Amino acid sequence: MSVLVKNIVRFILFIFIQVFVLDRIHLHQMITPYLYFLFILWLPFKMQRSWLMIIAFIFGFTLDSFNHNPGFHAAACVLIAYVRPFLVNIFVGQDGADNNFEEPSIKSIGGLMPYIIFVGVLSLLHNAWLFLLEAWQFGNIWYFLVKTILSTIINVFLILITELIFVRKQRYRTNTV
Amino acid sequence: MRNIFLFIRRYFNFLLFLLLQVISVYFIVSYSRYHEAAFGNIANSLTGSINKQYNKIEYYFQLSKTNDSLVKANEMLYNKLRNNYNISDSANKIIIDSLKIDSIIQFRKFRYISAKVISNATSSQSNFIVINGPNVKGFKKGMGIVGVNNNVVGIITEVDGDYATVMSLLHKDSRINGKLFKGGETGTISWNGGQPNIVSLNNIPKSAKINKGDSVLTSGLSAIFPKGIMIGRVANFTPEKSTNNFEINLFTATDFYNLEYVYAIESADAEPVKKLLDKAKASIN
Repeated sequence: MSVLVKNIVRFILFIFIQVFVLDRIHLHQMITPYLYFLFILWLPFKMQRSWLMIIAFIFGFTLDSFNHNPGFHAAACVLIAYVRPFLVNIFVGQDGADNNFEEPSIKSIGGLMPYIIFVGVLSLLHNAWLFLLEAWQFGNIWYFLVKTILSTIINVFLILITELIFVRKQRYRTNTV
Repeated sequence: MRNIFLFIRRYFNFLLFLLLQVISVYFIVSYSRYHEAAFGNIANSLTGSINKQYNKIEYYFQLSKTNDSLVKANEMLYNKLRNNYNISDSANKIIIDSLKIDSIIQFRKFRYISAKVISNATSSQSNFIVINGPNVKGFKKGMGIVGVNNNVVGIITEVDGDYATVMSLLHKDSRINGKLFKGGETGTISWNGGQPNIVSLNNIPKSAKINKGDSVLTSGLSAIFPKGIMIGRVANFTPEKSTNNFEINLFTATDFYNLEYVYAIESADAEPVKKLLDKAKASIN
């Protein structure tokens, strides 16, 4: 499957899973299970940052139109799309894994622990920005902090489960770039 | 000039990031205006059709929940039946009742008749609901429609065989009499075409005492709905500058996104009241 087709399928699947499965799970008012932004984390290494952000914006906006609440997820998605290349540089900059592998995964980031940090930081940023924007409308800072941290823990947990269930075959490419 | 271009090229990503963030925040802040924009309607109709397909499946999973709530509603109603009560001592005496068994029927003013919603819109300015069912044939234009939990939904505008169209409360031409439960002031409920769960209540004078969350019920003045059916709760209110009235927004009691079954209300008063009004109008003209 080509990269484009694969990502279009993922786009649709992640939106549907988020809207029709995860958004309907009410664990607790403090915990919102988010998995959809894994789509942005899984985009190819080679993609330019500006394209990354534009796709993230469209992706977030699509989810927003399902929620009839435009802007919130789009803003959060754009933020993590902007920050992702920095983190990729920190973790895989030296040994050139971004040339050898197609997209971020446990293997290409360089182990389980770095991957958890990678996912954790982006998930934290996503939740913090999303809940902050909501908090501007509804107020209360403690609620915001607790919600962000609890949700981030659940999100990382969800993402790791997803990685375990759906193993992505990562071809090791030689330095063709 | 050259420096500006260099600056933009150098920081293109950051500027794009800022731009996209500003657009998102703009959407958040100006939600209601966006909602009416053309693009919003396209997005809504697309997601709406997907949601509808999904609802078809989900409906089956909700059946047990729907059943439970209906059993509860039934239980409540059975407990209100007249023959559950010993009204007076005469119940213990053996007397010959000269009344007809179903004497209560004569005094009935309103009758509820069920129907199933087959199409429902919330996204346009003039939303209609289409209902269907074996009873729909007997429906008449102008009958009131309420939801399963006895909240106002709309008024029938047309009946065609087994189908009837209902002008939803979310229609810019819909006008329904509403009354503040606490103070008793009556006004007109209308919809400005904005958010689909907020309608406005007009013609309430500034002398009225209003709080957020106050119930607004049907007034019983129009003979379409019985008195005291829930329309919504006050979301916010501001005094109008040019008139002596409040500008009141209500959260509708009905969830218009989620209508499965509705009841039409047949009113015994509707015909005579209409006749009288027509007569009065004719005599004036």
